[in-house]
Amino acid sequence: MAKFEPVLFARINKPDSTSLKTYMADGGYARIKEILSMAPVDVINVVKDSGLRGRGGAGFPCGLKWTFLPKDHPGPIYLCINADESEPGTFNNRILMEKDPHQLIEGIMIACHAIKSNNAYLYLRYEYGHSYRTLDAAIKECYAAGLLGKNIKGTGFNLDIVLHRGAGAYICGEETGLIESLEGKRAWPRIKPPFPAIEGLFRKPTIVNNVETLCCVTHILYRGKEWFQSIGVPPDPNNPRDPGSYGPKLYCVSGHVNKPCCVELPLGVTARELIEEHAGGVWKGRKAKAVVPGGISMGFLSDKEFDTKLDFAGPGKVGCLGLGTAAVVVIDDQTSMVDVLFNCCRFMSHESCGQCTPCREGTAWMTKILTRIRAGQGRLEDLDLLMEVAGSMGIIPGTTICGLSDGAAWPVKNAISKFRGDFEEYINSKRATVTSAQKLMEAH
Amino acid sequence: MATVTVNGKEVEIGASERLNCIQAASKVGVEIPAYCWHPALSVVASCRMCLVEVGDKKPDGTVAMQPKLVPGCQTPAKDGTVIISDSQKVKDARKATLEYLLLNHPLDCPTCDQAGECYLQDYSFNYGRGYSRLNEPKNIKPDKTYIGDQITLFTDRCIMCTRCVRFTREVSGSAELQVVSRGSHEEIDIFPGHPVNNPLAGNVVDLCPVGALCSKDFLYQQRVWWLKSQSSVCPGCSTGCSITVDQNEERVYRLHPRTNEKAQGHFMCDEGRFGWKYTHSDQRLTSPEARTNGHVTSSDFDSVLASVRTALKKAAQGKGKVAAVLSPWMTVEEAYLLAGFLKSLSGEVTLAMGPVRIEGKDDQFPKDVKGNVVEPVKFTIRAEKAPNRSGVEAVLSHFAGDVMPFEELLRLSSTGKFSAVYLVGGDPEGWISEIQAEAFSKIETVIVQDILSSPVLKHATHVLPSGTFVEREGVFVNHKGLAQMIRRSVRGPDGTRPDGRLLWELAERSGLIQTDTLRSEIAAAIPALAVIGNAELKVNGVLLDEAAVAV
Repeated sequence: MAKFEPVLFARINKPDSTSLKTYMADGGYARIKEILSMAPVDVINVVKDSGLRGRGGAGFPCGLKWTFLPKDHPGPIYLCINADESEPGTFNNRILMEKDPHQLIEGIMIACHAIKSNNAYLYLRYEYGHSYRTLDAAIKECYAAGLLGKNIKGTGFNLDIVLHRGAGAYICGEETGLIESLEGKRAWPRIKPPFPAIEGLFRKPTIVNNVETLCCVTHILYRGKEWFQSIGVPPDPNNPRDPGSYGPKLYCVSGHVNKPCCVELPLGVTARELIEEHAGGVWKGRKAKAVVPGGISMGFLSDKEFDTKLDFAGPGKVGCLGLGTAAVVVIDDQTSMVDVLFNCCRFMSHESCGQCTPCREGTAWMTKILTRIRAGQGRLEDLDLLMEVAGSMGIIPGTTICGLSDGAAWPVKNAISKFRGDFEEYINSKRATVTSAQKLMEAH
Repeated sequence: MATVTVNGKEVEIGASERLNCIQAASKVGVEIPAYCWHPALSVVASCRMCLVEVGDKKPDGTVAMQPKLVPGCQTPAKDGTVIISDSQKVKDARKATLEYLLLNHPLDCPTCDQAGECYLQDYSFNYGRGYSRLNEPKNIKPDKTYIGDQITLFTDRCIMCTRCVRFTREVSGSAELQVVSRGSHEEIDIFPGHPVNNPLAGNVVDLCPVGALCSKDFLYQQRVWWLKSQSSVCPGCSTGCSITVDQNEERVYRLHPRTNEKAQGHFMCDEGRFGWKYTHSDQRLTSPEARTNGHVTSSDFDSVLASVRTALKKAAQGKGKVAAVLSPWMTVEEAYLLAGFLKSLSGEVTLAMGPVRIEGKDDQFPKDVKGNVVEPVKFTIRAEKAPNRSGVEAVLSHFAGDVMPFEELLRLSSTGKFSAVYLVGGDPEGWISEIQAEAFSKIETVIVQDILSSPVLKHATHVLPSGTFVEREGVFVNHKGLAQMIRRSVRGPDGTRPDGRLLWELAERSGLIQTDTLRSEIAAAIPALAVIGNAELKVNGVLLDEAAVAV
């Protein structure tokens, strides 16, 4: 395979990459007038036929989502851009927003045209101050250049982008949690149905897309669906439900590697390639014990599974929840999985919104159990208990409103089933890293 | 018609009924446990207690079940819906949810007011695991003893169903309660300085499925299994909320609303909820008196009644010399007995309506932050603070042809037209002023039947202490013509007699008072009240005029 030429990251290292001038010099907004003159349904069809799947975590086909909007709705229809990038280990949207905001804005314009929306809300994670300033400046530039506002480029298309800074909660990245938060409420995910495409923001039809997805939309429209489908992994012919994993993907590699990085590659690279070729290998000359394939809620790959293709279908074949955000976190062989799992559980119990009983109580309970194990008071039967708790929170039987509960249970299921030896060794050794009863209580 | 299958049993639901799986299952007597769902509040599907297996029956008879469990509260029951609530999968999910709910629950049932009527207890017993596998310390959240004048919050018992939060947002509209913090640290709380003191605040105590929200009035007064309940009607205003009166050993401890869509729905106001205290007041009239020249000559009930009868009979010999004021606090039966008795003494008797207390305007809920009423109105506290004006008016119209207002009777009384008046009170807030009472100062025989002292007592020649609404039985007709039954819960203090019995004896009817027989008699005699003989009266009440309400 010829060396892959980055598309989404093509401009990030150029000087002054954030300005409208350089973006236009590189061919940006060149065909926006033409695209805005296309029939919206044609734009949707291009995106649908390209096989673009949402980059936010669930991998839902983007064009298909757009078709769920009610036909002939009098409006308003809203687009929400999910830039609340908060899955641990994920930082691709941040680079896109900080280094090439116009690529995103162009994607927003195209998406809004396709779904007949005149209002886009960009929900930005609070911690991304630099992204906020870059995007703010870029949006202002666009208004000044007539690329946003009324009658864009004489096409009669109006679009306003509102940049909204969140207040820092993982759950605001869940699409209905994001909508509630935008409405000024507590970010408690909504019960579905109705799905946001039918009744979303301010009770109007709403599409929520990830930053990276919208950046891909720009390139699909410019380069065509054939180009997009030439990259990545085609559908598995034996699995009629697999829509394939086409296109470039931004992989974030972090953890115990020499060179943490965010790199754009065709979907379907393996964890081993990412660690060895792009992240400079595992640090301190150690070996990798486990790899998180796509954000901690997706579970773990054990060292035997490093050659799993990281596309939308790959991690699922080895017992992980999915590709998630393609945030690869590498864990070296000197690190105990008990500590890793404790960290995951602590995060999830801190971020559980507290709406559904299993997630609110289960995440906290699992954290308490792991804290006790780490205090040297573990029992082997705790592992079965953890598995059972994770089982009653997890995707079957699907006990909660949103996916956070599944995401909290999955690393537990994965870690204990794939690294049970680690846990048994830890419990039998009676090592203690946390002791005080007060700490136990404070650990949720 | 739509057919729903619940655990293999088929049930028909009406085409216009919009039922969820919980409601559909209850039609065949299958209980699907739920905490957060309440028929009068929005659906949040957050407690996850009502998870069931749901599927669709295809026209060819095959059933396609959804792979996941779904919340019964959120899933509509449509034609062909198949609900399974007794599979192992469902039982396991319930066990897990209950174990989660009890993880941080203090299990302080012995000191908890809710014990005995607690959904945590009931569901744990029916569906729970029986023991907890938590080995770690529980989260202990601080109790909030002041979140309202009438309510206290035991935060550690809370299961975060958010019924109370939704009630204050959706029904009272005052939105004092909210969820603070996140995850397992979250608590119900108020914004500092904005306690839950809205006129419907007490309902959050009933809504709370566990012992978290408690009524300060009832706190630590009784164990609920000692209480004996009786269905009744709140006499606080003309809304006529269906209620349950809880008593033990002749003492009322609390009133709470009884769900009745025909009357008020699910709730009641605090004014009514806590408005029964006068029943046990030491200001109650407890001594029947017959007076001559201001001196008590007899305080034996039977001889006082005989004296009343004699006085009335004597006055009835003169033309139009007898008058009576029928209180809107009387039941239909009592009004009928009194009016009938006086009418039997003299055809010329004057019957008037007692004062109907009106306070302000009808208070409607929900309200927005500015206090404007938001449609649709979900609850109304009515300005007319009397329970049975319509019923008494129906009796008056039957006997007197029209309804004479109280002021008119006062005017006639002060002209000296009457030689005997029979005054019925019953309004615990007072019904007659000093000045109005003067109208009766010159009258030879003034008979007062009342529960509390009033200015007119000083002119009374006969005092008949009567009963409050928890001591009587009979029919109240509310603002829209719904006839409902109040029932006797407690015996009145010594020296009082329930109005019905008192009037029964005054009229020299034989035997003990039987309101059933009396109601049949009224139903036959007064066409406007014909429906009160129906058996449905004893359940949710009957509308006097279906057609009039439908319009």
